[in-house]
Amino acid sequence: MEKKIYKTLGETLYTAALPNGLTVYVIPKPGYEKKYAFFATSYGGADRRFQQDGEWQNTPAGIAHFLEHKLFDTEAGNALADLAANGAQPNAFTSSEMTAYYFECTDGFEENLKTLLSFVSTPYFTEESVAKEQGIIGQEIGMIEDTPGHAVYYNLLKALYANHPVRDMISGTVESIAQITAQTLYDLHRAFYRPGNMVLCAVGDIDPEQVAETARAILPEEYHASPTKDYGPSDTMPVIQARTEVAMAVSQPLFLLGTRVPPSEGGQAYLKRELTGHLATQYLAGKSSPLYVRLYAEGLIAKDFSCGFLSGLSHAITEFGGESRDPDKVLAEMQAEAVKVLSAGIDESRFIRLKKATSGQLIRGLDNVENLCYEQTESHFHGASALDRLAVLEAITSADVLDFIGKHLQPDQFALSIVRPL
Amino acid sequence: MPNITRRELCPFVFLTHLQTNKFKTATLRLSLLTQLSRDTAAKNALLPRVLLQGTANHPDMAVLAEATDELYGANIEAKIAKKGEIQCVSLAASFVDDACLPEGEGILTQITKLLGEILLRPALKDGKFQAAYVDGEREKLLDEIRGRINNKRTYALTRLAELMCDGEAFSVFRLGTEQEAETIDAETLTAHYRMLLASAPIEIFYSGTAPADKVADALAAALSGIPRTEPDFDLGTDVRMNSLEPQPRYFTEEMDVTQGKLSLGFRIGSAMEDPDYAALRLLHYLYGGSVNSKLFLHVRERLSLCYYASSVPELFKGLLLVASGIEFDKYDEALAEILAQLDAIRNGDITDEELNWAKKALITDLRMIADEQSQLEDFYLGQTILGEDGGPEELIADVERVGKKQIAEIAAGLQLDAVYFLQNAGADGNPPEEV
Repeated sequence: MEKKIYKTLGETLYTAALPNGLTVYVIPKPGYEKKYAFFATSYGGADRRFQQDGEWQNTPAGIAHFLEHKLFDTEAGNALADLAANGAQPNAFTSSEMTAYYFECTDGFEENLKTLLSFVSTPYFTEESVAKEQGIIGQEIGMIEDTPGHAVYYNLLKALYANHPVRDMISGTVESIAQITAQTLYDLHRAFYRPGNMVLCAVGDIDPEQVAETARAILPEEYHASPTKDYGPSDTMPVIQARTEVAMAVSQPLFLLGTRVPPSEGGQAYLKRELTGHLATQYLAGKSSPLYVRLYAEGLIAKDFSCGFLSGLSHAITEFGGESRDPDKVLAEMQAEAVKVLSAGIDESRFIRLKKATSGQLIRGLDNVENLCYEQTESHFHGASALDRLAVLEAITSADVLDFIGKHLQPDQFALSIVRPL
Repeated sequence: MPNITRRELCPFVFLTHLQTNKFKTATLRLSLLTQLSRDTAAKNALLPRVLLQGTANHPDMAVLAEATDELYGANIEAKIAKKGEIQCVSLAASFVDDACLPEGEGILTQITKLLGEILLRPALKDGKFQAAYVDGEREKLLDEIRGRINNKRTYALTRLAELMCDGEAFSVFRLGTEQEAETIDAETLTAHYRMLLASAPIEIFYSGTAPADKVADALAAALSGIPRTEPDFDLGTDVRMNSLEPQPRYFTEEMDVTQGKLSLGFRIGSAMEDPDYAALRLLHYLYGGSVNSKLFLHVRERLSLCYYASSVPELFKGLLLVASGIEFDKYDEALAEILAQLDAIRNGDITDEELNWAKKALITDLRMIADEQSQLEDFYLGQTILGEDGGPEELIADVERVGKKQIAEIAAGLQLDAVYFLQNAGADGNPPEEV
């Protein structure tokens, strides 16, 4: 395996690119009790239209998530139970662009890793089990739709995107998942769950070579190219809908506001853009910004307020949200602040402090094993390595941040999503 | 192996120091311990939030945030924990460990100094907290107390504790009551602050690479002048051995919910006279504390009676609670089956496989505590309050020794005290009074 030492971070990254296209990352953590493995495909809820063997395929909303649920079924039973019986705590999730299966354990890592690789690469679906799952997920969808946090998020995405499938719930609808059959699941598994489309990342007090060796032994040998994905025509209007509001059972209005940002190029450019977006949103409304302090003092936002930049492969947004008695006022203040920053320029000493704080957060983030695996995998899908972020951060200037604010955080680009009390 | 020591820095200020080079983060948490009470819980919850609004040298949030940004994005936050009938009022700092910073740029001393300043030298006006800070934080605290109904799952458990332990201090919510919070102003909070500072035992937990002497010296300097005049010797939790009435009490409330929430409360009973915490924890794992527990495998998986069903230990108070989510019309069946699974344990109906699963799950969780600094903080604070020595390793050794008979005996002593059901507003029919 290739070994790269990050001296300032005190971490070592082992990488293996297998002939079947799988990339294996191992980050050893000497002295840790916990051993963690994360196996993910570059395929999620938004990847609904793709080209395979020259033909374009359209698939229903919710199918990636449905597939994630059903993949735990094995001919002998259920992989979730197998892993649990062997002392592991397994789980999985589907995001808009990734589906990941993972476990943590203290003992029996090797055996658990074999189970993980084997169930994810060996589909077993029947019409009966698909029908049963349609009932289960159907109920789950009802519950998710009842969740204010989901509603406020998807309503913002709908306000920012007219066509991109990211605007639809990852779990789909009762109607959309009704179209799923065992055969469609097999087809999708063949398209997206080949090693060339996947990453295995392991962290803990483990032997890197052994992880790569296990992956070689369990997974198929042949390489297949990944399908080409399509997300429909790009949006050209600044926003689709400037304001959206629904009523739900909440004690205070919940809001999320943000802007749509074109997806970035891959590689180091991705890391730079991700960190620049982070710095820009923090500069504007982070906990040490004048705007945050003022809105907090006026009781317009509370400690739960947060902001950030979500940078996907096919879509990206800035977001600012929390609870507020007057979300419209928060939006107006945010827009005014962006204009003000653009004309006044960036306060250099504040910018340097913000970079220092961000570097500290990046270093401390390395203690979070789960997050480290997720970020390394996500970066990989963007052609980069999360461990390079500290070095990339050093090179970002206040001019980069000002440029981001000028291009992506202007008043007419904001949309506001509100969930108000009944 | 963890290198843990404990020492008294000054009267009733204790430092528990864990030296480790596993993390890139160092943590320092300072907790004032005080008796949980209906009259003071909200003031205690509000206090650290107001302290974090500003200090004499860093008079507002903006200046304070600048200072922590400058210290590589150090985080200092308020934490309120309820451990039995003791309320823990904490300021918790986490920051980049000096070992991960360039030579000469270490921040431990500065962070410790800042923490001491936040605790001892708040931004006062005319000798009192600033009204704007107190009023603003009080309203946010009130929102949070009222907001506890938003999460129905936790609400159904805290509400059970409230009803079941009515008349006991344990019934008070972690953040206090609306009634008390509404009456707080700058004057009452300042008076309470001075009283607490003089009387509350202080527990400090550090984890990171710095040696104990260095941390102790930094703390001694940062906390110099702390008034320690009226130490409160009598902190403790009143553990009731029996249920309140001969028969369990049944409570039903209505709310706009899509799923019924059924909670059960047991007094652990005689096992609390000389508690074996390893055996008590194992009983919880076996009954409803893991994916291979009886509640999970039988009530949820085999019989599909619940969306979730798990046990929740309150060892400080000697309680074992059960939380579950059910269809409204499954009340009778679910309740009967949750009790039947406990009866099985009481009768010694425990397979070797079940016992091994429970031990494995508990031991894995105990081992993993060593990988998470927030869990380490919480674990050692809990041990101190329980009056227990030893770390997770000692507890693991004890767990290994627990047998089926011991668990069955503890389970036999459990008394069902109260059952709480949260059902949909306007639901047809009420659940029966008794089963």
